[in-house]
Amino acid sequence: MTLRTYEVAFIAAPNTADDDLSKLNSQIEQIIADRGGKITKVDNWGRRKLAYRIGKFDEGVYTFVYVEGSGQEIAEVERRLRVTDFIIRYLTVRTDEALKRAEKLKSKRKVSLTPRPPDDDFDIDVEEDEELMGEI
Amino acid sequence: MAEMETEERGGKTARMPRTGSRRRRISRLSAEKIDYIDYKDVKLLQSFIAENGKIMPRRLTGVTSQQQRKLVEAIKRARTIALLPFTKY
Repeated sequence: MTLRTYEVAFIAAPNTADDDLSKLNSQIEQIIADRGGKITKVDNWGRRKLAYRIGKFDEGVYTFVYVEGSGQEIAEVERRLRVTDFIIRYLTVRTDEALKRAEKLKSKRKVSLTPRPPDDDFDIDVEEDEELMGEI
Repeated sequence: MAEMETEERGGKTARMPRTGSRRRRISRLSAEKIDYIDYKDVKLLQSFIAENGKIMPRRLTGVTSQQQRKLVEAIKRARTIALLPFTKY
């Protein structure tokens, strides 16, 4: 099976003790390691204002964990996050497919740029086209 | 296929004189060659949502349909994790 990459984001309540948070982080590390996954990176954004109120909180502590694995470890991490009281929101995103597609676009652009550079002209005309369609 | 488009284009130039503000054609996405739209890139996403928090139609932003689809997904993810608002006021 191919390796999948995920980003797990979670928001802890602003009044969470640092201890609890680091304990949760090591639990997550453990879960992933046990299931043969790998953490490639952990991003700590720290306390940040929420775009909208969640429950009674206006702020949250953001953490992003980048995981490589089969997908089974994600299920367990999510379960863990669900049962943890001070986690007010979490989101997992699978990223390998989108990243692969982005990579493809990048290499495609490099190739197509060499034979005919002024591609911009064409794009503009297509847009104009749609504009007219809307008017009719 | 290619010829047909050229013909259509030729016909349109007659109607070309358009008044009003010139729309910005090249979005930041194309200009900066962003292939992967990250939902964590709040600054970027914010340039594609209106004052009230709505996602801007691509006729106003000049992004391609493929880019718009990725944008929409990223904006919705950002909303879920409270990086962007669903609405303002």
